[in-house]
Amino acid sequence: MLPAELAERLRSRFPEPLEARGEVTVFVAPEELQQALEHLRGEEDLAFDTLSDVTATDWPGSDPRFWLAYQLRSMRYGHRLRVKVGLPDSDPRVPSVTPMYATANWLEREVFDFFGLIFDGHPDLRRIEMPDGWVGHPLRKDEPLAGVNTQYKGAFIPPPDQRGL
Amino acid sequence: MAVREQPPGVRQETMIINMGPQHPSTHGVLRLVLELDGEYVVSCRPVLGYLHTGIEKNTEYRTWQQGVTFVTRADYLSPLFNETAYCLAAERLLGIEAPPRAQVIRVMVMELNRIASHLLWLATTGLELGAISIMLYAWREREEILRIFEMVTGLRMNHAYVRIGGLSMDLPEGAEGKVRDFLKLMPGRLHEYEELLTGNPIWRQRNVGIGTMTAERLLALGVTGPMLRASGVALDLRKAEPYCGYETYAFDVPVRAEGDCFARYQVRVEEIRQSLRIVDQCLQRLEPGPVMIQDPRLAWPAQLAVGPDGIGNSEEYVRHIMEESMEALINHFKLVTQGIKVPPGEVYQPVESPRGELGMYVVSNGGVRPYRVHIRAPSFVNLQAVPAMVESGLVADVIASVASVDPVMGDADR
Repeated sequence: MLPAELAERLRSRFPEPLEARGEVTVFVAPEELQQALEHLRGEEDLAFDTLSDVTATDWPGSDPRFWLAYQLRSMRYGHRLRVKVGLPDSDPRVPSVTPMYATANWLEREVFDFFGLIFDGHPDLRRIEMPDGWVGHPLRKDEPLAGVNTQYKGAFIPPPDQRGL
Repeated sequence: MAVREQPPGVRQETMIINMGPQHPSTHGVLRLVLELDGEYVVSCRPVLGYLHTGIEKNTEYRTWQQGVTFVTRADYLSPLFNETAYCLAAERLLGIEAPPRAQVIRVMVMELNRIASHLLWLATTGLELGAISIMLYAWREREEILRIFEMVTGLRMNHAYVRIGGLSMDLPEGAEGKVRDFLKLMPGRLHEYEELLTGNPIWRQRNVGIGTMTAERLLALGVTGPMLRASGVALDLRKAEPYCGYETYAFDVPVRAEGDCFARYQVRVEEIRQSLRIVDQCLQRLEPGPVMIQDPRLAWPAQLAVGPDGIGNSEEYVRHIMEESMEALINHFKLVTQGIKVPPGEVYQPVESPRGELGMYVVSNGGVRPYRVHIRAPSFVNLQAVPAMVESGLVADVIASVASVDPVMGDADR
């Protein structure tokens, strides 16, 4: 399906699908995410059966603060769709889609690690890239790039400019 | 797998073994926590993060043009794919397209890079399974490609050659001849590898029927690339969602049905052959022309040349901005110090890297820096298949299975 056709097809189920630069985006409330994905996967002419990617973007100061982006792809038709879910600053939670797409397991762990978003029902929600004892979520915009203390298994190393070497 | 039944009186306990993060066969710093019952793997838990370098975070603090030098370091064995995916994403946000010559050269260096990456895979996999000769042979040919890259881009790895709007510079004199020589050399060498390995009883015993995965399982886990094609799914983004004009090149997508380590070996060797075909077509298509868009508000203001002390602005260009044109100097100053502005929006740009679907999810808020760059890393996603491949198998086969995934930890951890 061409992007414009896909956007038109989705209009009945999703309000205001966005079509830009050859990509279609739909917006879903956190509590409706699972039903929406089941619908997108189940419909005969949509068949979004694979999940390519899950990631997030942080927009501090706006509401919702976090935007999750799920990149879906249909093996049968080859078309793609982005499903976006907005989450608030306080208690950002969304149901995990790992039961539906096994690949979401590590992708959701990465988003949890980097942004601190909670995926309810995830089988193993632990950090994946940062050390286990790390405090904070480094890809949030209010985390600085440099000058942070290094924390690793109880070790505490100040930033290079404060080490007094 | 459950722990095997033991005769009475025999102690029943499993052993936990840490394979990695420092282990010669884990392709970098992958750590596998293996629970063993004798020689059998009961469970496997991959642990990542030892090579996390914050590439995504770093891009948010640099200009759009500087982003290229960060993403190229993610998957350091296929840097040109990272660069191209990032630049294609930025170009789509800008609504521009690189000139035809730049597109052809992009395809050419990407396919050479695919060959180099598969050769490195062949070399290391051979080494890990005890075939030392193939390691030396494959590295010998990879060296030829790295020499071409050094000649063309100035560096053997982490090239930052592909830039937003085109390339950092045109092919130097003599590069086409070097590529032609390589195209002549490689088919015979490929034949040698296959003579050495395909019928080799040890190679077959270590690979045939090992790490078998069905297409359904791989698709659920999001696995793409040669692994998926070795399980019978002919998904290649160069065909399915072409970019850089791939739809105009003649090449085949090799597919095997067996889904084991041996099928992955066969798919990768055949992909080298197909990449050679594409490189040959690129050479025939190289027409003179610019390799960077002409819009002076966006094109990186540099005419690079390789001098006796390395790459830098050419003498003619420096003379032009210093002595001839005040406008050009102002423009140079503005673009180099401030960078370019990219209209707000977001794109997801997938490309077919040697490891599978490499996706760049790039978000702009209209500023001079990317607001968010996320790399959908094929190594990261494909590694999720490792437990399913190795559990209830022999511990020795873990090495063959992990090698057949071809993980690059720089890509997985970013």
